[in-house]
Amino acid sequence: MAIGQPANRVDAVAKVTGRARYTDDFYRPDMLIAKYFRSTIAHGRVISIDVSKAKALNGVEAVFTYEDVPKIKYATAGHPYALDRSRADVADTLLLDRQIRYMGDEIAIVVAVDDLTASEALELIEVEYESYSPLISPEQVLSKGAREIHPGQSNVIGEHQFECGDLEQGFSQAEVVHEGQYETHMLQHVHIENHTAFAYMNDLEHIVIISSTQIPHIARRIVGEALDIPWGRVRVVKPYIGGGFGAKQDVILEPILAFLTMQLDGRPVKISMTREECMLCTRNRHPMTATVKIGTLKDGTMVARHMDTLFSTGAYASHGHSIAAASGSKNTLLYPRTAIGYHARTIYNNIPIAGAMRAYGSPQVVFALESAVDDTARKIGIDPVEFRIQNGARQNDLNPLNQKPIQSCGLVECLEKGRELIGWQEKMSQRRQQTGNIRKGLGVACFSYGTGTYPMNVEIAGARIILNQDGSVHVQTGATEIGQGSDTVVAQMVSQTMGLPMENIHIVSTQDTDVTPFDPGAYASRQAYIVGNAVYKAASELREKILTYAAEMTDKSVSDLEIEGRNIVLVDQPGKAIISLIDLALDTYYHTDRGGQLTADVSHKTLANPATFGCTFVDITVDISLCRIRINEIFNVHDSGVILNHSTAKGQVEGGMAMGIGAALSEQVLIDPESGKVNNNNMLDYKVPTMIDLPDIGCAFVETVEPTSAYGNKSLGEPPVISPPPAIRNALLDATGVAINEIPLAPQVLFRHFKQAGLI
Amino acid sequence: MNQNITLTVNGREKTLNIDVRSSLLEVLRDQLGLTSIKQGCGVGECGACTVIIDDDIIDSCIYLAVWADGKSVRTLEGESKNAVLSTVQKGYVDEGAVQCGFCTPGLIMTTTSFVEKNRGKEISHEEIRKAHAGNTCRCTGYQTILTVAGKCLEPGKEPDE
Ligand code: FES
Ligand code: FES
Repeated sequence: MAIGQPANRVDAVAKVTGRARYTDDFYRPDMLIAKYFRSTIAHGRVISIDVSKAKALNGVEAVFTYEDVPKIKYATAGHPYALDRSRADVADTLLLDRQIRYMGDEIAIVVAVDDLTASEALELIEVEYESYSPLISPEQVLSKGAREIHPGQSNVIGEHQFECGDLEQGFSQAEVVHEGQYETHMLQHVHIENHTAFAYMNDLEHIVIISSTQIPHIARRIVGEALDIPWGRVRVVKPYIGGGFGAKQDVILEPILAFLTMQLDGRPVKISMTREECMLCTRNRHPMTATVKIGTLKDGTMVARHMDTLFSTGAYASHGHSIAAASGSKNTLLYPRTAIGYHARTIYNNIPIAGAMRAYGSPQVVFALESAVDDTARKIGIDPVEFRIQNGARQNDLNPLNQKPIQSCGLVECLEKGRELIGWQEKMSQRRQQTGNIRKGLGVACFSYGTGTYPMNVEIAGARIILNQDGSVHVQTGATEIGQGSDTVVAQMVSQTMGLPMENIHIVSTQDTDVTPFDPGAYASRQAYIVGNAVYKAASELREKILTYAAEMTDKSVSDLEIEGRNIVLVDQPGKAIISLIDLALDTYYHTDRGGQLTADVSHKTLANPATFGCTFVDITVDISLCRIRINEIFNVHDSGVILNHSTAKGQVEGGMAMGIGAALSEQVLIDPESGKVNNNNMLDYKVPTMIDLPDIGCAFVETVEPTSAYGNKSLGEPPVISPPPAIRNALLDATGVAINEIPLAPQVLFRHFKQAGLI
Repeated sequence: MNQNITLTVNGREKTLNIDVRSSLLEVLRDQLGLTSIKQGCGVGECGACTVIIDDDIIDSCIYLAVWADGKSVRTLEGESKNAVLSTVQKGYVDEGAVQCGFCTPGLIMTTTSFVEKNRGKEISHEEIRKAHAGNTCRCTGYQTILTVAGKCLEPGKEPDE
């Protein structure tokens, strides 16, 4: 049946013909264009602002400053509403603000008839600042007497620690202890469609917002919160979107657009960010520093590990401390049979805002952990793959955080498969002492990750399936297609459970909060798992209704009937139609005395969060004098439970690995340490890998069956990005003996370390 | 300042009155509604706006519309004919080379031009990679796109009508 098939994407034809419509494709000639006036200093306060010249410019409809907007602070994070308000996201954002917290902060906004006029008007705004010295590095932020970036609020916005098992005893038992410092820098999502949205009013009350968002239902709530209007007055529509990777899991443009259209008599107003603006003023991946300590016995048994991390969220909290917290929890399952300690802090600084980015902090934490694991393996002289197999999670191990058994786990099998794919043992046995300029290295790294956010947040999903007059069905979910292939696997699920052919399943791709069943949206690799449970319930319900109706029409008993393709058949006589679905459907709609439209409309909460596992194996060549790493071969192997669609799954893994390779080798947002200015917020200077920068990418799956999922699947969207960087770092260590504890491993970084190590 | 230009777009001749400052991207999207053409940067970095002019691919965001006067432009809208996908389009579908789809129009135009120019030649993976290096895709890792381009050049694949 449909699950497990490499079915073509349901949106592929719309996309290859250019007919799929994205936010900017809903062009209206009367649309007004809004542009932010942004700060040119990183830390300070506006003393005065004069917008009169801008207002007077022909074609300018309005200019608003921090003085004109509601004094309501709101949180932008794409999390479900927290019933326990003490756990609500940090509300620290105003629509426009006179306090300046990073270079690019939003002070005023211009609305004009077109883009050019709006840009011209920005030039006419005069502003006077009082400027404070920017707090960029963690040392500056944490120094005694440092100014509060959000006055009245500590610069440490979150801190927590936990311990599983007896850490002290673990370390005292350890025969070998490794301790190291690791660092990752700021990264940018670089989704190809920049943030863009527009808003208008349908009448005098309702605001419609078309937005490139991953989280339409959350966006609606946050607009309501930011403007203090009833949430039901806001309608958010999400068409196709050109990638998000977490950057569109924050509510950035929607509140101000709702405000603007309300101020401008309901006229359509649009903000389309430029690439430079999008890279500077939306969200980034948190820079992180970590101290990792691992204690082992000489035989390779890990007995204790502790991590201390510091995440920089930048100018605003966005997801607050959640990212440091989630990533600390998710890695505990990787080596669960050991005492574990974790301490984390998240701080504000005067740099661009960090938020969710693919794998939510895990790439940073796992880079530190998996580098330290390799360092430890070397110290005790054990093969790093063996060391991981020896200590890695196995099925029925207890989850250290809740003491419940891990119900599906293929980590060891992933490691064994990856080792074989790369030819680890063979290559290692042929390895001679390397001394020349060109050296080869092999590296490995693993990860564990979650599926969704339970129990920190509710995990709710809605699905609605309607039997059409022609015997086909329409399916609506609140789960959002953002490129990952959500719509396609939903169709496969319906096909699997209802017995319908894929051609007879129509997916409504657009989410519209006025009509779409509730679901918070695309994040935490939750959707195929959480929505799967809702779709299963809805599909089973509708199937039951159809069979009951068929029984009534044919005078058979329900249990004797089955849906088979376009027909109803007897269970014991497959292939022989007793009534077609079309005839049945027509009867439900048009029979004068019986029936009615058959639908199933389900909202389902999932109360589990299964762990996923996997690893990267990489074979590299290092050119020492050129300070360059070339990847010869790279493989990811994933345990994501049952693979719903091998084609889209492979696509997710390859894309995630490419992003991981970029993070490992070339990507970094470069921030001037004095002024806080970002120097490379464009696609020329920020090095996203192009086709020529990447090697052939390989992947494989170890399929387990996750019992809490209706279809056996677990998370897959984010995990592929996690383990390539530490694997590459470990391969570099294998090749050169130089342990570089930061990424990216770009030539200038390699040069510094090779020089220090006396290699050049 | 406005000016009239005459160009062929997807096989049809058009005369347009345009602001001389506008890019080809703006004119094709806003005046002709050819919204397959995407803007990812507007300054020639990402390739999302790639179209074919005469026989070459260009970034339409940094190509002035006036330069297209007298030329022939191909966009993704013109690639499928009579409800049949071109070989390259079909390749993108079958290989799963589409995810969010935002880079896809530009990439398909690049692959199309590459395949048309290299039919019958021995082409290495390196050459395919180089030819596509002007189009950034953040979703796929390009592996599937490499496969599509390779398969479209396999002997036996006939050019589209
Ligand atoms: S939009 Fe033209 S190259 Fe990016
Ligand atoms: S498919 Fe999303 S950028 Fe290429």
